[in-house]
Amino acid sequence: MLNRSDLRIANNRFFRNNRELALKIVKIIETLSKNLNRKGVDRVKIMNFCGTHEWTTTHYGLRSILPENIELVAGPGCPVCITPSYYIEVAVKLSLEGIRVYTYGDAYKLPAVKSVKEVKNLAEARSIGGEVSIVYSLLDAVKDAKKDERESVFLAIGFETTYPIYASIILRNIVPRNFSFIVVGRLTPPAARYAVEKVGRVDGIIAPGHVSTVIGGEAWKMLSEDYGIPTVISGFEPIDVLISIAEILKQIYEGRSDVVIEYTRAVSWHGNVLAKKMIEEVFEVCDAAWRGIGFIPNSGYRLRREYLKLDGLHLYGFKELSEREWSYDLSIGCRCGEIILGKIKPVDCPLFLNKCTPNVPYGPCMVSSEGTCSIWARSRTGWRVK
Amino acid sequence: MGRITLAHGSGGREMNQLLEELIFRKIPSWMKFVEGGLGIDFPDDAAAIPIDKERYIVVTTDSYTVSPIFFPGGDIGRLAASGTINDVLMLGGVPIAALDSIVVEEGFEEEVLEKILESILTVFESVDVKLIGGDFKVMPKGQLDKIIISMVGLGIAEHLIIDKNLEVGDKIIVSGPIAEHGVAIYASREELMLEDSQLRSDVKPLTDLMIPIVKKYGRDIHAASDPTRGGLAMTLNNWALSSNTTIVIDEEKIPMREAVKNFCEMLGLDPFTLASEGVAVLGVADEVSEEILQQMHSAGYSEAEIIGEVRAKEDMGLVIVKTSIGGYRILEQPVGEIVPRIC
Repeated sequence: MLNRSDLRIANNRFFRNNRELALKIVKIIETLSKNLNRKGVDRVKIMNFCGTHEWTTTHYGLRSILPENIELVAGPGCPVCITPSYYIEVAVKLSLEGIRVYTYGDAYKLPAVKSVKEVKNLAEARSIGGEVSIVYSLLDAVKDAKKDERESVFLAIGFETTYPIYASIILRNIVPRNFSFIVVGRLTPPAARYAVEKVGRVDGIIAPGHVSTVIGGEAWKMLSEDYGIPTVISGFEPIDVLISIAEILKQIYEGRSDVVIEYTRAVSWHGNVLAKKMIEEVFEVCDAAWRGIGFIPNSGYRLRREYLKLDGLHLYGFKELSEREWSYDLSIGCRCGEIILGKIKPVDCPLFLNKCTPNVPYGPCMVSSEGTCSIWARSRTGWRVK
Repeated sequence: MGRITLAHGSGGREMNQLLEELIFRKIPSWMKFVEGGLGIDFPDDAAAIPIDKERYIVVTTDSYTVSPIFFPGGDIGRLAASGTINDVLMLGGVPIAALDSIVVEEGFEEEVLEKILESILTVFESVDVKLIGGDFKVMPKGQLDKIIISMVGLGIAEHLIIDKNLEVGDKIIVSGPIAEHGVAIYASREELMLEDSQLRSDVKPLTDLMIPIVKKYGRDIHAASDPTRGGLAMTLNNWALSSNTTIVIDEEKIPMREAVKNFCEMLGLDPFTLASEGVAVLGVADEVSEEILQQMHSAGYSEAEIIGEVRAKEDMGLVIVKTSIGGYRILEQPVGEIVPRIC
């Protein structure tokens, strides 16, 4: 029988280290693109909605082997990048008041717009005595919080992928008494809707694989039905992404716009029904702010009324961010808002790799390894290399 | 002015910037080298001073602060001795002698120091290098983390291998699997080392590899480095920048052990930026590249590979990787604290 390591190697051999297959798919893409050209379609813009897809695209140099008229752009695919500055400011404040803030590592250096006591992120807050703990999982934080009586909040940044675990812990009633959440959960399909409405023409969408394991293929139906955009839920290996691109071109050529699951190894049409049910029991959907963009209808989670005592903002007397009070929350010169929506590329921003680097990030997209700017900074070839 | 961060010591872009702005720029140009030799006017693995028309003294210095001081595959002593020898070799020198300065923290165990010294002597004995001097100091408890070893290495070269001499068509050869040292240190530090782990540092002197090749092919070797801090990514970027060339390498050809690949993938580390301490990277003339590769294989470096070549000359220093699916991406100079205190 195959063991796990054999499976991994087999998986990599097929989906990752497979020049022969990649070449074949590229040939198919080239043919489709020529056929489209003959039909008068001269440019095809395909948007991804997941930082890992952008990483795959960049790291494996997909742009360099595709026909020039196929443009791959990154959309809002990184939860850290779009977390409004307000929540970082609240977390920094709480940490400086002695409330322990648990965070995932990728939000640790996330800069706020406004300084709190002259610090702008949790890393700096910790350096002047703030209570900040980096954890790998929610369970680690819960375990740690149980060790003492100190009050603590969890900075719950994330898309649909991370929310079942929050719901599960709350439903199982194992949240310690000294523990609450800053809820910054965001939903990807409403952001996709926003992007295709506001940004202008998008001809195809590579929908996020991980998110779709939870929400299922059906959540993307509106892209094909309401906007006529071919949508493929893709896996994360280079071969996955190439297949997805070929499928999108084929649909455009045939005049179809369907939702197709390429990532059948993990994603089903209805998603994880149990996980969705748990989320729904604990959280309700609300209008929510996206950093540098503003409020997007029905794009956020908030705790239902019966769980309000677990809401850190409510507990410590902070107001929830409202549409009226939200103000543009990027620092001067930062163009992350446009980058998140795929309007411009990181190299179009004058701060990219000048004032804004992975080591000292100025804008939010340079912080997380899923952020478009951070990905492009690690191998500049977001753009073409021939 | 800002403060020094760990990233400034990682051998990446920040370190280059800091050295350039804070140090190199302040040194008057006449002070940077001895007439006819090589100095920090062109920073390479080592410096050189001419003795007569045919020979140079090659000299190098380095400080070693690895944590933990004993790691799978070696210890700080073996690392210091090997690193010093390798720096002399990479400039084309035959290592002859070394001096060491050891600073330890108050309370350091004599027995441990003895072990470290034994490691140094074992390496020097194996490659016939004399230890001709040194210094020893103690710092009060808490003012130093255990031990720092500084070494000076001396050698003689007939021809200097200066990395700016890469030419279009040159082949890039790597002598063995990369990233082994960086991964071993990282794993042992984070207690991620499994008991039956195959992750071991490759730290070793490369004398048996380099001396015969340098003797036989001397001027056909246009560049040589051991990719320590910053790994292959840093070495090749330095070469591309100093020789104004574009280097193209093939990801599939780069030797790497499965265990190292898996480990990097698990933790999101880029193996191209991780250190080797027992690998040589050479840029050699196309005509002799196959011969040199064969010679490496028969010298016991059976995993040596030609990983790429030097393409255009006019570009401003660029390293391009052909990826596992045949796409291309730019291999950047590493940034940030990749893994601090590895050597």
